[in-house]
Amino acid sequence: MSEVMLAEAEVVTGTAPRFHLATEHHPENGTLFGFWLYLMSDCLVFACLFAAYAVLGRNYAGGPTGAELFDLPLVAVNTSLLLLSSITYGFAMLGMQRGALRVTLFWLAVTGLLGAGFIGIELHEFAHLIAEGAGPQRSAFLSSFFTLVGTHGLHVTFGIVWLVVLMVQAARHGLIPENRRRLMCLSLFWHFLDVVWIGVFTFVYLMGVLA
Amino acid sequence: MSELTKNLLGRLSWDAIPFHEPILLWTFVAVALGGVAVLAAITYFRVWGVLWRDWITSIDHKKIGIMYIILGLVMLLRGFSDAIMMRAQQVLSFGDSAGFLPPHHYDQVFTAHGVIMIFFVAMPLVTGLMNFVVPLQIGARDVAFPFLNNFSFWMTTFGAGLVMMSLFVGEFARTGWLAYPPLSGLAFSPDVGVDYYIWSLQIAGVGTLLSGINLIATIVKMRAPGMSLMKMPVFTWTALCTNILIVAAFPVLTAVLALLSLDRYTGTNFFTNDLGGNAMMYVNLIWIWGHPEVYILILPAFGVFSEVVSTFCSKRLFGYASMVYATVVITILSYLVWLHHFFTMGSGASVNSFFGITTMIISIPTGAKIFNWLFTMYRGRIRYEVPMLWTIGFMVTFVIGGMTGVLLAVPPADFALHNSLFLVAHFHNVIIGGVLFGMMAGITYWFPKAFGYKLDPFWGKCSFWFWLVGFYFAFMPLYVLGLMGVTRRLSHFDDPSLRIWFQIAAFGALLIFLGILSFIVQLVVSFWKRSSLRDTTGDPWDGRTLEWSTSSPPPAYNFAFTPVIHDNDTWADMKKSGYVRPVKGFIPIHMPKNTGAGFIIAGLSALCAFGLIWHMWLVSAVAFASMLIAVVVHTFNYKRDFHIPADEVLRVEGMRTRMLGGHV
Amino acid sequence: MSTFKIIRRALLILPVGLLVGCNTVLLKPSGVVAAQQGHLIVVSTMLMLLIVVPVIALTILFAWRYRQSNTAATYTPDWDHSTQLELVIWAAPLLIIIALGALTWISSHTLDPYRPLHRLDAARPVPAGVKPLTIEVVALDWKWLFIYPEQGIAVVNEVAAPVDVPINFKITASSVMNSFFVPALAGQIYAMPGMQTQLNAIINVQGDYDGFSANYSGAGFSGMRFKFRGLSSGDFQQWVESARAAGGNLDSENYLQLEKPSEREPVRRYSGVAAGLYDQIVSQCVRPCPN
Repeated sequence: MSEVMLAEAEVVTGTAPRFHLATEHHPENGTLFGFWLYLMSDCLVFACLFAAYAVLGRNYAGGPTGAELFDLPLVAVNTSLLLLSSITYGFAMLGMQRGALRVTLFWLAVTGLLGAGFIGIELHEFAHLIAEGAGPQRSAFLSSFFTLVGTHGLHVTFGIVWLVVLMVQAARHGLIPENRRRLMCLSLFWHFLDVVWIGVFTFVYLMGVLA
Repeated sequence: MSELTKNLLGRLSWDAIPFHEPILLWTFVAVALGGVAVLAAITYFRVWGVLWRDWITSIDHKKIGIMYIILGLVMLLRGFSDAIMMRAQQVLSFGDSAGFLPPHHYDQVFTAHGVIMIFFVAMPLVTGLMNFVVPLQIGARDVAFPFLNNFSFWMTTFGAGLVMMSLFVGEFARTGWLAYPPLSGLAFSPDVGVDYYIWSLQIAGVGTLLSGINLIATIVKMRAPGMSLMKMPVFTWTALCTNILIVAAFPVLTAVLALLSLDRYTGTNFFTNDLGGNAMMYVNLIWIWGHPEVYILILPAFGVFSEVVSTFCSKRLFGYASMVYATVVITILSYLVWLHHFFTMGSGASVNSFFGITTMIISIPTGAKIFNWLFTMYRGRIRYEVPMLWTIGFMVTFVIGGMTGVLLAVPPADFALHNSLFLVAHFHNVIIGGVLFGMMAGITYWFPKAFGYKLDPFWGKCSFWFWLVGFYFAFMPLYVLGLMGVTRRLSHFDDPSLRIWFQIAAFGALLIFLGILSFIVQLVVSFWKRSSLRDTTGDPWDGRTLEWSTSSPPPAYNFAFTPVIHDNDTWADMKKSGYVRPVKGFIPIHMPKNTGAGFIIAGLSALCAFGLIWHMWLVSAVAFASMLIAVVVHTFNYKRDFHIPADEVLRVEGMRTRMLGGHV
Repeated sequence: MSTFKIIRRALLILPVGLLVGCNTVLLKPSGVVAAQQGHLIVVSTMLMLLIVVPVIALTILFAWRYRQSNTAATYTPDWDHSTQLELVIWAAPLLIIIALGALTWISSHTLDPYRPLHRLDAARPVPAGVKPLTIEVVALDWKWLFIYPEQGIAVVNEVAAPVDVPINFKITASSVMNSFFVPALAGQIYAMPGMQTQLNAIINVQGDYDGFSANYSGAGFSGMRFKFRGLSSGDFQQWVESARAAGGNLDSENYLQLEKPSEREPVRRYSGVAAGLYDQIVSQCVRPCPN
């Protein structure tokens, strides 16, 4: 950041260039930092949804409770798929660091499939609940449940779309710096969703069953 | 076929057009004629190409900043028209007279007035100033994410467009500017008004959030070499804190409006009266956003005043470090006060007093700032250019508003004054006296930098005096009315003894109208006389910060060489140390390309929103899908930048050398 | 009386005196709670004027004295720091805020609307044996319903209480958020559907006072006004009798009729109220609730 060139006769007359750089200045790339900021703002959105769940999560309005509804074994399968997908994304990043495009693409594909599996199971769970009359309109508890879990699921879905687009772009242009930055952003996004899911799993499912 | 029509047209029908409302009809005629005139002029002068190439698709922070300010000023005219209508109604509607606005309309007018003034006047003005000034002050060529910057601007503008559409197609919300449920829920506001409210704010909110991320990254990552945090200009510090507040507050608005829209669209029960909903949750969440929002508005104004006072007193700002700490403390504390907006909701004495006390604590760093400006003036040499007039007006007026704010922070006092005209007087006191005066000072101060000529001082002084005197006539009576027990948002009164106060307030509104008119005249006259008001040096005020080292207006690349910083008040330091402007040895400069993607994606999102408002599901689905496709297509564009050749830089800098005529 | 006390009294009366011509009811109310709140407004303002007046005066003074054309004034362009001054700048407001903060804590607890009242005013405690009067309040669209559970009557858009008797208001709403406010009597408190808030107050002076909603609630908001009547105990008994004479029973059917949106309702009285109606209104179960 502070490489001031010494005065050269043809650059400036009179004073030495104390006050400017004679060469091109490359400011640090802000993409990852900016993405972190976005991710923290997204974290706040989830925080609000968690807060809504905390306030409204026991308002059953005479309807079914978490203990009656939640299928913990299925949720455990779901959780494992998502956690596993974070590991496979990590393998993809290791491949990327080595510059191994095919390895990267392979593990990205596995990640995407695991994510799709997660979404599939979640949609099945939602459809089942709605068919049982425990849809989001039934009570404030169910409204906040569906919104929190559903918002997370929407994020994962967008992540999968983004992942597919990135796979196409990496296949086309290779692991150029621009694509590496994008893959790192998606990596942050994917792991962040994992962390949020751990919160959901704990506060919604586990504690909901205990209540 | 009818199923298709339902999905295509939703609940939109000819009933949505206000054929039976003369005020709206004539407004539409005027707007349509004005719009046609503008379009005709653009066509006649053949500037469609220029408009698209140089402005709509521009990713240059200077152009985007100017466009934000134009948006804010245009929406000020709309928001102020609402204000004039409210003052007129409240003067006329006594006893048997019902005035000219039935509640159905009056209630939309006061809701729209609040929404427009906060979201589409104050926010764009503040964002516009920060956008224009910050990269120049830190020695950067643009913001960190120029494309996102363009996109953010168009999201804000299309959000404003949606609110304006609600005048002519359907109607707006009748809930007050924060739309508390259950009134804003489906049961009590089933029509499109609240939906217009929700979607225009969600769209503008995305723009603002991204803008916040952009400016933080810019300030953190792109400062010129030597500019440590404690050497930044104070305006950049306040911009940094403001954008931190934006990133930390706007997601809450997004979430709470999303919950309200789920209640309205899918029948969930977040804020309903039955099935377990809790409207108090909305009140909490909306104010957890709402209080930081008002600091988002005022901190940049404080930054403007710091720059203006220091420049026009020809003196270093008193207590730089203490100003920075005060700003940071205000930023953090603004998250600990939100409950003071609803002391009367019954949270109990201990909770109420905690929040009351935290609110009072914020007045300490704020007061420190006022003292620091005061002691910058002390033993300075004050030049009464127009920005300095606005600053003195601010220092007297804002302090009164701050005092009534601390008064309202005492919960039992608030029990008597909450939602009264006293409250309305307080927040207009701080927003007009603080934010608006700050924006006028900032616009006047940086206008020559943006356009190459100063604003005419005579009309500027007229505008200032009309605003200042008008403000006091318009709002001091409201303090009295509040003490007389009059509540806000009333469209009819029975007690004739109140009338004189409303008449005085209406007179004040008239003076403010003359102030706005004077400002418009000032713009026209200054353009007319621009050759005599020309700024040839780039430093018309003997400024102290880096933006004054560039030409007026600056070249697209801002600085031919990246500056190196050694001290606060960088430009003042450079001038004192015998800085000589380099005139050769230029190198090619790396710049981002213009793009239409931001405009297109934002337009599609507005179309999607319009469809959601009117339940035109097919339209929304197609628009949303198109948005996604447009985003993906945009990401496939890897060629987003170019280099300005060294010859071009030489040519531009040579032009400046000739204009400077040998002087630095 | 010491000079200081005289000056202090005069300073406190001054703003009140200036505004008394405009019937600023908040500063000259008729109930003990409102009186204490009004006093608080004046005291807090005085405390803050201690800082605000010098600041405004200094601003104008400096703006005049250090104008560019006044070359006689000292000019120190590089003087930008003084630790002593900074200490004063941060300490003076801090001291005022500490005083205000203490005032806030104490007054928030003594003037908590939920706290039952034990004093009629500064001089007199509530006499032993005086039972508080309970009034149940329902904010409807766009009128006010007052139920007297102990007297078994209900009135729309008019409420009365005997002077110098503690009143315990229990407040709810039928549909949207409102705010129950009689400025001459006490502070306001939100009236919210599905919930109950409380307000304790005493009216000290006989008279008719304005009451209204202080939170916008829809098209009929401007007409949502009622009269609060402070009566002698004899007059209060008569007032209750006039409701009993009016006939009519407020049962759930009549209530549901009343609940329908209407504006500027004239005063209406009911001589009987169905048992448990108010509790049903609070729990939003006048229409039969599931389970």
